[in-house]
Amino acid sequence: MAASLRMLRQVCGSLSRSHAAVRRLCSRAAAEAHHDVIRPVFPPLQSFSEEESMMRDAVKKFAQERIAPFVSKMDEDSVMDADVISALFEQGLMGIEIGAEYGGTGSSFFSSILVIEELAKVDPSVSVLCDIQNTLINTLLMNLGTEEQKQLYLPRLASDTVGSFCLSESESGSDAFSLKTKAEKHKDYYIINGSKMWISNAEHAGVFLVMANAEPAAVSMCGVISDTELGFVHTMNDNYTDNCNSNYIGVYINAHLVCVCVCVCVFQMLGLAQGCFDHTVPYTRQRMQFGKRIFDFQGMQHQIAHVATQLEAARLLTYNAARLKEAGRSFIKEACMAKYFSAEVATLTTSKCIEWMGGVGFTKDYPIEKYYRDCKIGTIYEGTTNIQLSTMAKMIDQEYDG
Amino acid sequence: MHRSSEVKHVASYLNTRGCECFGQPCESHCPVLTDRTIHVQLKTFIKIRVKPDRTGVVTDGVKHSMNPFCEIAVEEAIKLKEKKLVKEVVAVSCGPQQVQETIRTALAMGADRGIHVEVSGKDYETLGPLQVSKIFAALAKKEQADLIILGKQAIDDDCNQTGQMIAALLDWPQGTFASEMTLEADKMKVVREVDGGLETIKIKLPAVVTADLRLNTPRYATLPNIMKAKKKKIANVKPADLGVDVCSRLEVLKVDEPPQRQAGVKVETVDDLVGKLKEAGRV
Repeated sequence: MAASLRMLRQVCGSLSRSHAAVRRLCSRAAAEAHHDVIRPVFPPLQSFSEEESMMRDAVKKFAQERIAPFVSKMDEDSVMDADVISALFEQGLMGIEIGAEYGGTGSSFFSSILVIEELAKVDPSVSVLCDIQNTLINTLLMNLGTEEQKQLYLPRLASDTVGSFCLSESESGSDAFSLKTKAEKHKDYYIINGSKMWISNAEHAGVFLVMANAEPAAVSMCGVISDTELGFVHTMNDNYTDNCNSNYIGVYINAHLVCVCVCVCVFQMLGLAQGCFDHTVPYTRQRMQFGKRIFDFQGMQHQIAHVATQLEAARLLTYNAARLKEAGRSFIKEACMAKYFSAEVATLTTSKCIEWMGGVGFTKDYPIEKYYRDCKIGTIYEGTTNIQLSTMAKMIDQEYDG
Repeated sequence: MHRSSEVKHVASYLNTRGCECFGQPCESHCPVLTDRTIHVQLKTFIKIRVKPDRTGVVTDGVKHSMNPFCEIAVEEAIKLKEKKLVKEVVAVSCGPQQVQETIRTALAMGADRGIHVEVSGKDYETLGPLQVSKIFAALAKKEQADLIILGKQAIDDDCNQTGQMIAALLDWPQGTFASEMTLEADKMKVVREVDGGLETIKIKLPAVVTADLRLNTPRYATLPNIMKAKKKKIANVKPADLGVDVCSRLEVLKVDEPPQRQAGVKVETVDDLVGKLKEAGRV
């Protein structure tokens, strides 16, 4: 009894001490407020510049009016509509970061990713075409190309030519640096020999950025621009030769640039998940069963709220990674986190959305199942989930190096 | 057809007080979807809510954008400029700071410069066609405009008065509900959509035209144009600078939602129907 009383007194004592501490804190805050201490106010992550807002709104409208009507036909025929592609060029969506001096839009990285996100809300396939053009092809050329190459290709990429990115081979996916395609110097030109798989935008491209190994002794990779117009003979997935030595970008493709690309495909997943969610919730608000909206069932509400939270978390992770990149700060770990998480969230969201829509969610008459099919690539391309996790772990390990 | 330039500039009035949908509270549509309906469903439908004090509708946090008819007006102005029939297109809007975004959209579509007439707070809440038309008349004189094109009406208040009032204040001819306009020498041929069909009139410049739905299809602001719009100027003006008093002569007594539709009643025979109508005092 005495022991418990003692304990009680101790607890009360510590409680009153903490109360006193709180009182002191409050009075200090009051005193500070009274003395007009100016604290910086940091805007939330969902703050955009006027330029970014305008871009996003313009693309949103464009996507809903010029792309949405074609989505299901393109999906059925498995063909990207030529009108849709030319509309993308007309709107300036294919050269967002390319400077006005090369005929591009001259906008920022964040604007381009907002564009990708808005496009993905309507059709993730169109979004990825735009994504590859802007962040793989254009970025690599702008950062690594010579002035001559930029003058030759950037205007075309901004106005009418789709670019293609050729990295993966049948024997090298995640292990990209083990690629077998070789660029062998012969007199004053290079001969490229190899065979590529998963050649993005192959059907529509006029310019191909081919990754090849120029220094077999070292572990290296270089990009070679292959131009369909400059008249060399090649067949897809077969050996080919290229005589144009001016089109060799002989530098290493490093992790930094790859992460830029990762950052953007994350927005595609985000847009995909949001688009799917935006299609589904109105349906749940209107579909009646057992005398009420299916949205009104607590089980549904909890699921919907959970998914909405995951979406918001994914959005903030990705916006933060993008802003870090723009600020010139280290962003690789954050980009990996964003990619891994957004892909998971996209999978969760689309899967749940089909359930919430019930039978109709399963049918092709509704766009939901397309989002479900499309989301899977998020965990695979631009670095698989396992690669992202390993990269994160490596960086975390280094952080604790002391 | 070339026209050098007595037509100096075209001022397009932009109304930003609407929301995306065409003025009605809209929910999503019935679940039998075709591609077209899916497309429609994607639009941001905002439910209009009446403020608790019943003095108006809730506008806080509601996304505002250019009035659809005003978009058509801007598009027509830019088309005239592209045909080299006018020298300069000036986009004008009256309202608080947010209105600048809408002016920028007009600049991104191709207008040359913008004028933001700053009206905010209580004044903005009571701003109506009479005040706006006075502002516009004053601006038209100041800028020496030759042609004013506006949307026929705003989709939030559906007044359909501003264009007509501007013309009256300036004593200019007007061509309202235009579905076609052609500049011929110093006259504007306007095809108007009226209840009985189409009426074609010729009005002398300077004139006021209000745009109807079928006048044109507004272009999208392309991304490069959005970037170019950043460099275009938006001048700031206050109504007082133009000598306009924005005090409203109207007082809103109350705003209510439309009454809930009651369920109907089924009847078996015509006699039953007549009986029920008599009961309800309808005949």
